[in-house]
Amino acid sequence: MTEIAVLGVGMHPWGKWGRNFVEYGVAAARAALDDAGLGWADIDYVAGADTIRNGYPGFIAGATFSQALGWRGNRVASCYAACASGAHAINLARAQILAGFCDVALVVGADTTPKGFFAPVGGDRPEDPDWLRFRLLGATNPTYFALYARRRMDLYGATREDFARVKVKNALHGLANPNARYRKEVTVQDVMASPTVADPLRLLDICATSDGGAAMVVSSLEYAKRHTADPVRISAVSTVTPTYPQTVIEMPNFATDSAATVPPPERGFRDAIGFAAYHEAGIGPEDVDVAEVYDLSTALELDWYENLGLCKEGEAERLLRDGETSIGGRIPVNPSGGLACFGEAIPAQAIAQVCELTWQLRGQASGRQVEGAKVGITVNQGLFGHGSSVIVRT
Amino acid sequence: MDIKTRQAAIEGWFIPGDDRTALVGSRCRECGTYSFPKETFFCKNPSCTGTEHEQVELSRRGRIWSFTNNCYQPPAPYVATTDPFEPFAVAAVELAEERLVVLGQMVSGTSIEDLHAGMEVELVTETLFEDDEAVHLIWKWCPVCPAISDPAPMQQSSPEDPTANQSGDLPASPGRAGS
Ligand SMILES: [Zn+2]
Repeated sequence: MTEIAVLGVGMHPWGKWGRNFVEYGVAAARAALDDAGLGWADIDYVAGADTIRNGYPGFIAGATFSQALGWRGNRVASCYAACASGAHAINLARAQILAGFCDVALVVGADTTPKGFFAPVGGDRPEDPDWLRFRLLGATNPTYFALYARRRMDLYGATREDFARVKVKNALHGLANPNARYRKEVTVQDVMASPTVADPLRLLDICATSDGGAAMVVSSLEYAKRHTADPVRISAVSTVTPTYPQTVIEMPNFATDSAATVPPPERGFRDAIGFAAYHEAGIGPEDVDVAEVYDLSTALELDWYENLGLCKEGEAERLLRDGETSIGGRIPVNPSGGLACFGEAIPAQAIAQVCELTWQLRGQASGRQVEGAKVGITVNQGLFGHGSSVIVRT
Repeated sequence: MDIKTRQAAIEGWFIPGDDRTALVGSRCRECGTYSFPKETFFCKNPSCTGTEHEQVELSRRGRIWSFTNNCYQPPAPYVATTDPFEPFAVAAVELAEERLVVLGQMVSGTSIEDLHAGMEVELVTETLFEDDEAVHLIWKWCPVCPAISDPAPMQQSSPEDPTANQSGDLPASPGRAGS
């Protein structure tokens, strides 16, 4: 048995609130504890997803949140895996529970973000590729997103309108989500009229950066039995790295690996992330009812459809145009509104994806419910080779 | 009149030059795998424990894998060279022999309307920025002009002046201001 139960989920609404990230984390943690019907004193273990933009307290998030909730001698861990930090923290908690070291754990991630482009951590650091890419290339995150988007246009005939349609869909999905930062309908014309950031991507194709916090209370199935009748379960957590040679240029690298002596792997990195989760859960793409994917850009959402096997390679635009990834379609994607409606709060985001699926599977996703959803998958990719994919089921 | 030192914006990654620019990578002495930037100790090939690498110049020409531009000024440590900021193009370029893709800015003045996937490009040296001490140089990609697109010449007789290339040999772009 490798499953754990989700007893409670909670979030602090996303926005640009300008307060200390610890406040968002504590608010989310208290909401998750309330949702679980448990108190802070019931928690054996805290897994914190780190933020690297908020000083030392951010590097030791597990301890920071524990202290903020009140020291009481619980076990603690903190982890950083860039955008994948949240899922990696879930995995830490899962391992403790499945190993029998604890019964019930709290997973928390929260962030306070600066305005504008994500910039590297300050100071002169010419040994750090993340610093160097800005210095030598002026390569921002959207630069990389745009390279992938352009590739879709060249390979599959994607159009700027297709990318805009992703935003239109997600904006519609997120309208009624109380935790979403942007709750406003958007048209294809709105997206097309917004300024180009990195061609072919426009401002409304690219997700913003946000403040926010998300938390989950997870436990062994045994413990869960004593508290709730039929909890949502986590069936898989994929935290894989790429396999050499990685032949797609990834942030923040200057070059790909070379395929001159070792042939490319059977699965590229993004394909491998979801594959590992499916394999662990013993299911396939055909079993999935709902997905939360990391739409850092609109075009990237289309890549994920294919990486998760929701459609064949090159068919993502058709899946979208046919409405299959809208709520009511065959496989709704980002019913929460996705990053398009949230903006990215790095350490909280992968946890927020699982919070959304939990609400969906419980039938509590008011105003954005995917009817009858029983199996959901999240997917996300963190800088420097951190895969993340979580499968939840009823 | 002061003459500033002209130096690579990063040491050991490329050989700048008015006539010839080359990226400096490495090749594992054990398994032959290429890396850019160059490896100095471990080999990235998981089935190789090699720690010795031969320094190699990478192919100076490649084909565009994908491309884009930056329409907004990137944050520091990027150093803006114009005020107001002028957009610049970036390309990911596939090197056939090394079978890897390398990023670089496109030579100044390149409009993305001039670019397409599969297009052949060649390395040139341009100024990245200037400070009080030096002119800091960087590698950039420059479209290979059809007239001189003979793949053979490693030793070209005529010096390549990227600026001349841009204004003289490329079709005029209907382009957007500044890009
Ligand atoms: Zn080797």
